[in-house]
Amino acid sequence: MAYSRRASSQQLRVVIVGNPNCGKSSIFNEITGGLQEVSNYPGVTVEKKVGYFQYEGQTIRIEDLPGLYSFTTYTDEEIIAFKEVLKPDVGLIVNVVDSLNLERNLYLTIQIMELGKPFIIALNMTDIAQKRGFIIDHEKLSRILNVPIVKTVGNKGIGIEELKSLIFKQIKGEKAWLPKHVTYGHEVDTVVEEFSEFLRIKLPDVEKEKARWYTIKLLERDSKLLEKIKNQISEPSEFEKKVENTIKEMEQHENEDSTVIIAQRRYGFVSGAIRECVSYTGEAKQNITDQIDNIICNRVVGPIILLGIISLLFYIVFKTTQEWKWIPFPDEWLSPVELFEKFFEIIALSFSFLEKDYPSIHSLLSDGIIGGVGAVLSFIPLIFALFFLISALEDTGYVARIAFILDRLMRIFGLQGRAILALLISGGIGAGGCAVPGILATRTLQERKDKIITMLVIPFMSCGAKLPVYALLIGAFFQHHRTLVMLTLWALSWFIALISASILNRLVIRGEPTPFVLELHPYHVPVLRSVLRHTWGRTWMYIRKAGTLILAVNIIMWALIYIPLPLYQTNQSNNEQHNIEYSIAGILGKMIEPVTKHIGFDWKLNIALIGGIAAKEVIVGTLGTVYHMEISESNEQDSLSANLSQHKEWYPLRAFTLMIFVMLYAPCVATLVTIGRETGTIRIPVFSLFFSTTIAFLVSLIVFHIGHLLSLGT
Amino acid sequence: MRNPCNTERLSDLEEGVKARIIAIKGGPPTYRQRLLDLGLTPGTIIKVNREAPLGDPIELELKGYFLALRRKDAWHILVEPLRNNSE
Repeated sequence: MAYSRRASSQQLRVVIVGNPNCGKSSIFNEITGGLQEVSNYPGVTVEKKVGYFQYEGQTIRIEDLPGLYSFTTYTDEEIIAFKEVLKPDVGLIVNVVDSLNLERNLYLTIQIMELGKPFIIALNMTDIAQKRGFIIDHEKLSRILNVPIVKTVGNKGIGIEELKSLIFKQIKGEKAWLPKHVTYGHEVDTVVEEFSEFLRIKLPDVEKEKARWYTIKLLERDSKLLEKIKNQISEPSEFEKKVENTIKEMEQHENEDSTVIIAQRRYGFVSGAIRECVSYTGEAKQNITDQIDNIICNRVVGPIILLGIISLLFYIVFKTTQEWKWIPFPDEWLSPVELFEKFFEIIALSFSFLEKDYPSIHSLLSDGIIGGVGAVLSFIPLIFALFFLISALEDTGYVARIAFILDRLMRIFGLQGRAILALLISGGIGAGGCAVPGILATRTLQERKDKIITMLVIPFMSCGAKLPVYALLIGAFFQHHRTLVMLTLWALSWFIALISASILNRLVIRGEPTPFVLELHPYHVPVLRSVLRHTWGRTWMYIRKAGTLILAVNIIMWALIYIPLPLYQTNQSNNEQHNIEYSIAGILGKMIEPVTKHIGFDWKLNIALIGGIAAKEVIVGTLGTVYHMEISESNEQDSLSANLSQHKEWYPLRAFTLMIFVMLYAPCVATLVTIGRETGTIRIPVFSLFFSTTIAFLVSLIVFHIGHLLSLGT
Repeated sequence: MRNPCNTERLSDLEEGVKARIIAIKGGPPTYRQRLLDLGLTPGTIIKVNREAPLGDPIELELKGYFLALRRKDAWHILVEPLRNNSE
């Protein structure tokens, strides 16, 4: 990127640190004005956000670190944020503090003070605090902590210029502020003082501030740090004994665990500061969050509201993007999804002159590239609308309530309350959706184990791309039982997903148990600017994936399906059916026929299913080609439906088994790629591929055989 | 300072009851550390605001913010209920 070169390479780093949801991102966005690069930290789902801003002709680089509650790390986000803060090239920490949650936010501030690195505070959302009747004397707080403080309102851009100027002054060294020492009460302070002196004799290279910080970490029983120091000194076992004795002495004296003592003293320091700097102006406007929650979390009304809001969300998304035709086109009205499809159709048509002379190039362009990538990209309006509404809902604070209400239910299956949203996005309401944004939504889950289990069951939901297959087969065989069949499929997808989740939960090795914590923030009115920014960020990531990896994989899949092996290349090579039969997919389809015949699938069906791994949209088209039917362009589905229903190889049970198999088997390439990107390993998507397919086969086997035994639809 | 006769587990408190945290018992160190970092330190006054529609998790109010915990996690937290509005 051009602007990254402008920032000088020796410049010290500026990092933004704060609690989750303290308004860090909006401050970052306001400072950088959208001039930022988003990537992932290697190997984890954590987003790395780097931005730049200009001040007095110089470019300053600033990073938004993931949110964390404390430096005792436990989620991926916290581990990354902590590692980054510790790096020696960090020249300035910008600590964003939420005025509405001052006490707990300042607990992190205290830990930053312990580090002894230069930092400044952005005291955020002071406007709402004031409305609630809290007056914060930020100048006094600044004196107590010996840290410069700027008052900001991130989502409205207030205080940003002042913050920029302060950052600039700090890193240019005009005024180097160092925070005061934290005091933990006389007894503990003495212990810290003495021990850090001792530490500096052992480790002469360590400066005073760092020795103090090491001491506090050691008193908190930080085993990693202990090991690190032991490796650097001559008498490690004696050192460990000394640490142990110091802790024991302190614990005996205070009659409490050392971790408790340190945490308690930190909070003590915080409440002391708050007592001095915050005044409450009596009965201000009453906080309405509690009143709203009385209704929203009510035993009876709560679940009804939840159902209502979720249905409304999906109603709006699918109506505005797929069903309502509200975009004018030269001679018709189109829905946004249709508009995108039209666009790709037109591109495909513009290559049609190649069809006669270069049929294979034409096929590569239209079937491989435009067909595959177009299918993915035509979901953009849907994805955008979905993300827009969900971002807005997140901003209001309602998503946390969904997790709160449904946690108990989801826990039966070893999932978290938050997982429900990801499952719904992926098609959990039975009327479309997409697994890719669903996988992305698992980011809100804190624990890796929860994320992975949710990702593995997400593909069982009936996403929008599976619907054409259902429509085709229901049209052919279950004309009179449409609703019943759809309902059965929907129920089965949830049943399989939840059962698999509880099986996986038992199989996956548990790490150290951690408490489930969920913060219920006060309700906010969402700010359009930040919702749009968030939505666009997520949508863009989807587009980028479609344009890169998905494109590559689609070309490979195309080659597998449409190119006959050289051995079989005959003068018939213009005959698509012949080509497919002797393509790699065709050969493969025949090879696995001995297995798939147990669920009633022959090699022709197998080819369509292999193609379906690229994108489920491919299945119907491939079925059409392999059955070599005269399909009129205008009414593809109906004629294929009619053809299938008269075909002697086809009967309702086979169609039903096929629908179940399609619902459950291998996730599409886009989903697998997303899982790979999000987990940072190839193992999970590979496992997902085999896991889903195995489950699909087993369930189909059961359904097919029971159906035969009872002579249902045979 | 500590009166063992009066202690209950946080998970057993009824909605609307205020209590003072006495200790966090059991669970591995990281587990305790987490709860301490979130402000559940001994001496803190805590209120059980409500329970979820299915009875679990519970919503707590402490240090001016709201936190949901599952009952099995809240079980580790020993509290002394404040019945006569002594706070």
